[in-house]
Amino acid sequence: MKILVCIKQVPDMESKFKVNAAGNWYDDTDLAWRMNEYDEYAVEQAVQLKQQVGEADLTVLCIGSDRVRETMKKALAMGCDRGAHIADDESYLKDSYAIASLIVSYAKDRGFDLIFTGMQSQDRGSGQVGVLVAEMLGIPSLTTLVEFNYADGTVTAKRELEGGIKAKVSCATPALVTCQLGLNTPRYPTLPNIMKAKKKELISTPAAELNPEASLLEVLQVAPPEKKGGGLVLEGDPADLADQLIKILKEKTTALA
Amino acid sequence: MKILLVAEYRDGKLLGTNSELINFATQGGGENCMFLVGSNSTLPNYTGKLYLADAGQAGEFNPSLHKQLLLNVIEKEQPQMVVLAHSSYGWDLAPRLALALKAAQISEVVEVKDGNLVVPSCNAKLRRQVKSTTDIAVVTLQGGAFTPAEEPSGAPEVIKVEVAAAGGDIQFAGYEEAEAGGVDLSKAEIIVSAGRGIGKPENLEVIENLAKALKGEYGASRPVVDAEWVDPSRQVGTTGQTVTPKLYVACGISGAIQHLAGMKKSEFVLAINTDKDAPIGEIADVLAVADLKQLVPILTEKLNAM
Ligand SMILES: Cc1cc2nc3c(=O)[nH]c(=O)nc-3n(C[C@@H](O)[C@H](O)[C@H](O)COP(=O)(O)OP(=O)(O)OC[C@H]3O[C@@H](n4cnc5c(N)ncnc54)[C@H](O)[C@@H]3O)c2cc1C
Ligand SMILES: Cc1cc2nc3c(=O)[nH]c(=O)nc-3n(C[C@H](O)[C@H](O)[C@H](O)COP(=O)(O)OP(=O)(O)OC[C@H]3O[C@@H](n4cnc5c(N)ncnc54)[C@H](O)[C@@H]3O)c2cc1C
Repeated sequence: MKILVCIKQVPDMESKFKVNAAGNWYDDTDLAWRMNEYDEYAVEQAVQLKQQVGEADLTVLCIGSDRVRETMKKALAMGCDRGAHIADDESYLKDSYAIASLIVSYAKDRGFDLIFTGMQSQDRGSGQVGVLVAEMLGIPSLTTLVEFNYADGTVTAKRELEGGIKAKVSCATPALVTCQLGLNTPRYPTLPNIMKAKKKELISTPAAELNPEASLLEVLQVAPPEKKGGGLVLEGDPADLADQLIKILKEKTTALA
Repeated sequence: MKILLVAEYRDGKLLGTNSELINFATQGGGENCMFLVGSNSTLPNYTGKLYLADAGQAGEFNPSLHKQLLLNVIEKEQPQMVVLAHSSYGWDLAPRLALALKAAQISEVVEVKDGNLVVPSCNAKLRRQVKSTTDIAVVTLQGGAFTPAEEPSGAPEVIKVEVAAAGGDIQFAGYEEAEAGGVDLSKAEIIVSAGRGIGKPENLEVIENLAKALKGEYGASRPVVDAEWVDPSRQVGTTGQTVTPKLYVACGISGAIQHLAGMKKSEFVLAINTDKDAPIGEIADVLAVADLKQLVPILTEKLNAM
């Protein structure tokens, strides 16, 4: 069985974001980078599937600058067999459509039985790439999965709907699934596996060689949201803060009545 | 501009997001019409043309078939924009439709500014104004961003959409309800919630202790539930409970839209967060910038001493 998992490297969301000079995205200096949270679930599920079926080859793919190779090594340490890095310093200028078309030009003749992606990225959150890849490849896609099972060429899964309701769905492989938070418990790479991962194949291919399609979206402006009033911001010594908070709770709420 | 709205229907009922779609279209002015896979016996309050396919024939969840039915309507109506809710139905269907139309898709729109659509990035710390370069765009709306002041009224002019063959590459085998039981936070007057900022399960105790000191319940954000540190019934947000307490204390919670959706109607929100720019600050009455591991125990102690 051939399995592909697509991951994205994103900044830590606790970072302070500044708009870049071109005004079309965030300034990427001084940011800490990590694997998109949703993709950790995708990698974990792909590794579990590989372990379940035994005979399987699992590729992790990521589009981005050389910086993303660090994140790919984590996926290799979690259990992926090989890495396909699509080198693109301007991946951030591409929209979901262009990113999906790159993944498809890599995947189309490689006969993957199952493709895993996150349901969305933490920084952009379009939630488009996975479904677009499947539609371009002409294979079924199941989205927002919180439960995944595979047997005899069929994926049986649960999609998460609003308010805790789930939909029971299934489809035949080849197929693509998009992974939601809580699908499984992503493993932490162990030290021996981190060492082993260093020797695994991690090949970079320039994006230009894959003839990417042009984006369909234009970004006009990026800016922090306007502060809508917002509340009171208190800083300082915890003991003082506690006193101030108690005073406010007494004055403004009935919680301490 | 002509807009086609894609309404939602689940388990025999119309969903509340439909009024947000109508409000979005009304605000924009211009012409609009609606598409629904639903039932003739539960029609939405809407004035305009409603293309209705019967869910009994087309299935409530059958994305490839729904896509095909929609493409037929789009061919006939020639809208410049197709609008869906950014919901489990909408975000699943929208990219399928966008690719078939070779249209740009704009996900999770929160605002219209100078005629352009605005979408959030980086957990709402940034906003992007975007524009489609294609003649038709597929758009999804963030839940709650276009809630109308009043429910829409009127009766639609129904145009029946024929469903030839069901088919489809995905089999849908019904719904599974949320597990019953557990804690009912919807009636709690005071809730102290733990977010990922608690760091490790051992720190849950300080949150529980503050909840006790305030004679309230404790809740949690999703990562804390996913990590199995807290029972799922205590999750607050779109996929958990919706709460309306007098006081909501958010400890180590960044304020993602899916969490806010479940607690923004609280009367008073106190947030405790090390990140001064955390989006929770946008809706909090008070944001105490502090390490919860330090502040929460002191606050609890002082409350207990009162
Ligand atoms: C002007 C402009 C500026 C932009 N600036 C940036 C920027 O600075 N940084 C940025 O990250 N994006 C930026 N983008 C967008 C772009 O690069 C998106 O990341 C891309 O469109 C993917 O969309 P998404 O992240 O919303 O994917 P989603 O559809 O939300 O992601 C779903 C899944 O797709 C897969 N996936 C997504 N991206 C990749 C990838 N690169 N490699 C492998 N798998 C992937 C993952 O499995 C992910 O979980 C910009 C776009 C434009 C037009
Ligand atoms: C379809 C869908 C449905 C979802 N449904 C829900 C839902 O129902 N409920 C929900 O909550 N989420 C839901 N989510 C997830 C949501 O998008 C966020 O990922 C989640 O709410 C983040 O939880 P958090 O704020 O606890 O964690 P994070 O976003 O990781 O934030 C942690 C915060 O803690 C702060 N912090 C760190 N250390 C400390 C410290 N020592 N002291 C004080 N503060 C500290 C950080 O500054 C940060 O702001 C859903 C997502 C999707 C896609």
